[in-house]
Amino acid sequence: MRHLMSPLDFTPEELDKLFDLANDIENNPAKYAHACDGKILATCFYEPSTRTRLSFESAMIRLGGRVIGFSDAASSSASKGESVSDTIRIISCYADICAMRHPKEGAPMVAGEKSGIPVINAGDGGHQHPTQTLTDLLTIRSLKGSLGGFTIGLCGDLKFGRTAHSLINALVRYDNIRFIFISPEELRCPDYIIEMLKKKGISYSEVIRLEDVMPELDLLYMTRVQKERFFNEEDYIRLKDFYILDTAKMGLAKEDMLVLHPLPRVNEISVEVDADPRAAYFRQAQYGVYVRMALILTLLELA
Amino acid sequence: MLNVGKIEEGFVLDHIKAGKSLDLYDHLQLDKLDCTVAIIKNARSDKLGKKDILKVECNIDMLDLDVLAFIDHNITVNVIKNGIIVEKKVLTLPGQIRNVIRCHNPRCITSIEQELPHIFYLADTEKEVYRCKYCEEKYTETAKTNR
Repeated sequence: MRHLMSPLDFTPEELDKLFDLANDIENNPAKYAHACDGKILATCFYEPSTRTRLSFESAMIRLGGRVIGFSDAASSSASKGESVSDTIRIISCYADICAMRHPKEGAPMVAGEKSGIPVINAGDGGHQHPTQTLTDLLTIRSLKGSLGGFTIGLCGDLKFGRTAHSLINALVRYDNIRFIFISPEELRCPDYIIEMLKKKGISYSEVIRLEDVMPELDLLYMTRVQKERFFNEEDYIRLKDFYILDTAKMGLAKEDMLVLHPLPRVNEISVEVDADPRAAYFRQAQYGVYVRMALILTLLELA
Repeated sequence: MLNVGKIEEGFVLDHIKAGKSLDLYDHLQLDKLDCTVAIIKNARSDKLGKKDILKVECNIDMLDLDVLAFIDHNITVNVIKNGIIVEKKVLTLPGQIRNVIRCHNPRCITSIEQELPHIFYLADTEKEVYRCKYCEEKYTETAKTNR
């Protein structure tokens, strides 16, 4: 039995198989409409996350399976003080696979250690959100044709943004990728990531202005300045509008550059950019369902 | 010159960083052992200038070498039998340590689920970096001295 705790749990070869399956699901949905008949997914969400939870639920339902679960800690037995270890032992009796989101870092790993069914980490605090990274990788591979040989700009909150950190860690396993980190001084990429890139000899640069590097990018990964990561309201207000992608900035970009965003956006991408064919963030959400379908099939050993 | 008597069976921890012997005493839980312990602080050392030494008269098996290596793998461990040094043990950083240090990340699951073990793994041998198994928070020297 296998779990998914980090995007690095799968080798690049295993990810290729997973993404091939996701693309096959995309192209032949009817073939998979009953692949999970009789199977149950438990969505154990100890904190609200409509998007990720609905993506998992949609994935299981599209595979012919059913879904049980809770969408916040208040409606779970955690409110009575039950431990994650005990909860997962019970859930293992009710479901065949579990997607867990928890505000505490490492909670899904604890669940995985005690579980009788595969556990998918659906986000644990500021730590990991592996299915978002799998979504990002599938989107890039599907729309760019490969996972290598490009320049990617990551823009916004690179200090606290776990999706950006996960994506960088996942992409360094592929060849000829150049990173450009675009952020205010206060939200720069953590030192340990910079050190890792230096150690691996991977090309990177850090800039402050998005306009300066737009023409160089093959991919632009925008992130939100998340209010909940700040202790201080004043800092949040000062930094949140630092980088806004609009049509003027898009005018500087290559014709085939793609804009990705883990969503939800606040105002870092102007609504006017949505009509640009290079805006790929809504297609990215669709790929999120395909990759979760492929993941469920893989972990249930039905692929 | 200070003279501390020879021990018949036990171990001598040499080349302890000056001032760290009491930390080691606590960590090795020597207070719980009913045996002779000599703590020598600030002894002269050619190698370190000043050093601490611990002499403990008990079976070497009582010593958790992993804990010792985690605290300072440069310490020399001399095993004594019948009053003479029979072995010098080389310490290497343990791959994993369990319930020796605690994760201080308030966002870690170990902060709310008390029964969970505090497990750290060696993430970077070169820089001697340990990270919490659950949240991957780096264990820092500051936290180490506050343990």
